[in-house]
Amino acid sequence: MASRTEAAGGSKIETAYKESPAAKRRRSVWNGVKRDRYLYLLALPGIVFFLLFKYVPMWGILISFQNYSPYQGMWASQWVGFEHYIRFFSNPDFLILFRNTMAINLLSLIFFFPLPILLSVMMNELRGTKFKKTIQSIVYLPHFLSWVIIVGITFLLLSTGEGIINQLLAAAGFGKIDFLTNPNYFWGLLTVQSIWKDAGWGTVLFLAAMASIDPQLNEAAKIDGAGRFRQIWHITLPGIRSVIIILLILRIGHIMDVGFEQVFLMMNGAVSEVADVFDTYVYRLGIKQGQLSFSTAVGVFKSIVGLILVIGANKLAKKFGEDGVY
Amino acid sequence: MVEHKGDRTFNAVNMLLLTVIGLVTLFPMYYVLVVSFTDPSEFIRNKATLFPQKWSLDSYKYLLSTDAFIRAIGNSAFLATVGTALSLLVTSCLSYALSRRRLQGRRFILLLILLTTLFNPGIIPPYLLIRDLHLINSIWSLILPVLTSGWYVLLMKGFFDSIPPSLEEAARIDGSNDIGVWWRIILPLSLPSLAAFGLFYAVAYWNTFFTALLYINDFDKQPLQVLLQNMLIDSSTASGGTAAAEMTAEQQIPSETLKMAAVVIATVPILMVYPFLQKHFAKGAMVGSVKE
Repeated sequence: MASRTEAAGGSKIETAYKESPAAKRRRSVWNGVKRDRYLYLLALPGIVFFLLFKYVPMWGILISFQNYSPYQGMWASQWVGFEHYIRFFSNPDFLILFRNTMAINLLSLIFFFPLPILLSVMMNELRGTKFKKTIQSIVYLPHFLSWVIIVGITFLLLSTGEGIINQLLAAAGFGKIDFLTNPNYFWGLLTVQSIWKDAGWGTVLFLAAMASIDPQLNEAAKIDGAGRFRQIWHITLPGIRSVIIILLILRIGHIMDVGFEQVFLMMNGAVSEVADVFDTYVYRLGIKQGQLSFSTAVGVFKSIVGLILVIGANKLAKKFGEDGVY
Repeated sequence: MVEHKGDRTFNAVNMLLLTVIGLVTLFPMYYVLVVSFTDPSEFIRNKATLFPQKWSLDSYKYLLSTDAFIRAIGNSAFLATVGTALSLLVTSCLSYALSRRRLQGRRFILLLILLTTLFNPGIIPPYLLIRDLHLINSIWSLILPVLTSGWYVLLMKGFFDSIPPSLEEAARIDGSNDIGVWWRIILPLSLPSLAAFGLFYAVAYWNTFFTALLYINDFDKQPLQVLLQNMLIDSSTASGGTAAAEMTAEQQIPSETLKMAAVVIATVPILMVYPFLQKHFAKGAMVGSVKE
């Protein structure tokens, strides 16, 4: 460890006593700890937090190899090996969860992901700062609203009873559409919601990257007769290439994740077949039905696949010559 | 500089498109506002309209007179203030300590923290921990497990890294220990940055929903978002929420106007901090985009 060798260098005076190197190291480490005791004190609450709330639950994973019973506790519960994992993989639920997760994320990748890029290019081309600021304020705002509120608004707009969209449809002579209870619309509805909530917010990083592009490049291109589209294509987009690649790879790394709150709130009996994802499944079976061991196994499976994907994605980013996140 | 004709068309079309996007973004919020202010009797007669003929504050008056709503606002306000303060304290203390290169074991602690951003044990193990700590139905179960996060610590540490050690030296000559230095020199210096983190924490606490779903069963201790879920979502599905039943049973106000008034009240605090948030967007986006 680097810090240890560093500290060892600081205690040359001690050599006269012919201490063993190990003892010397121990003593200088101890001196360093004593010197920085208040610094450790500052770090202590945070370290306790990580140990208690992030590392203790890691042991909880063990119950996925047990028939855990809350009354017997982890020590007395029966060990069953990979039984729950095998049961999950051979269960038809597994394929449904996997299909829904992939469908929701692929739709998001295709329809959501390009939008912030497009939107930031458009905003970057604005010449008036006041208009630009106003548009930014408006499109960033939904990001800060909770999913409860967004789903509530969705119901207000789309319900077959009082929903204004359906009233307009009815008034125009079309039939009402059961947006909220028709499984065919569910995935699309989630995508539209995500776009409304976060497509604007997604421009922040792109706009920051665009701001650091040298304006002289645009001037030079203009003199060469390049129009706006060619400037966008040859200057703006290459300027945000790194950000696009990093975000795309991160997105792929999180392809097993679907926001729990959004799906949970949008879900109802009529659409559960297309709505259920890993987290809602774990919540329902684990918390609501008390199948703690089985649902922990489902959660662990999801986390491990997620871990592999994130690490893989990070490696991929580095292959593209980007920094990666880790 | 001469503006080309193509340039002008480009700008006009671009502004037009962005205006449309802005209006589409605003429309749902506008409609919520309109419904919430619509006179209840008119809403029953005409259903939704884009411009209500009769405005009224009845929905708001009723909502703010119910104990359940006031209590939920109180719970969420507690989270957003006490939770944010504690989160900032813990995050900044740890980040500062880790930003000092002389700290022994620093790399090891950083590695421990980084690992938590890579792997999470899911929903059930943390739930069992909270249960074993007897925090179920305690408001602290909504604060303690989310006090800080690996991303926030790493990001804030990056900020403290740029504060040179020489700044501390002067204070140390005056006889201050590390805590004194942190409190009197470092903290005042980093207030703007802390404010940014604080705002993002506050919004997250105000929007607390999932942890409350897991850890709070007691109706009186629910934060605002859970009450809203009861009113807005459960009641429109078959099951029908307890809160909605309790709150809309014996009164004349249609549930729609009431619901939207609740949405507006829940959004006002966010609108109030929004201008301050805007100053720090870039930092928040960094956290947000790597976190989700």
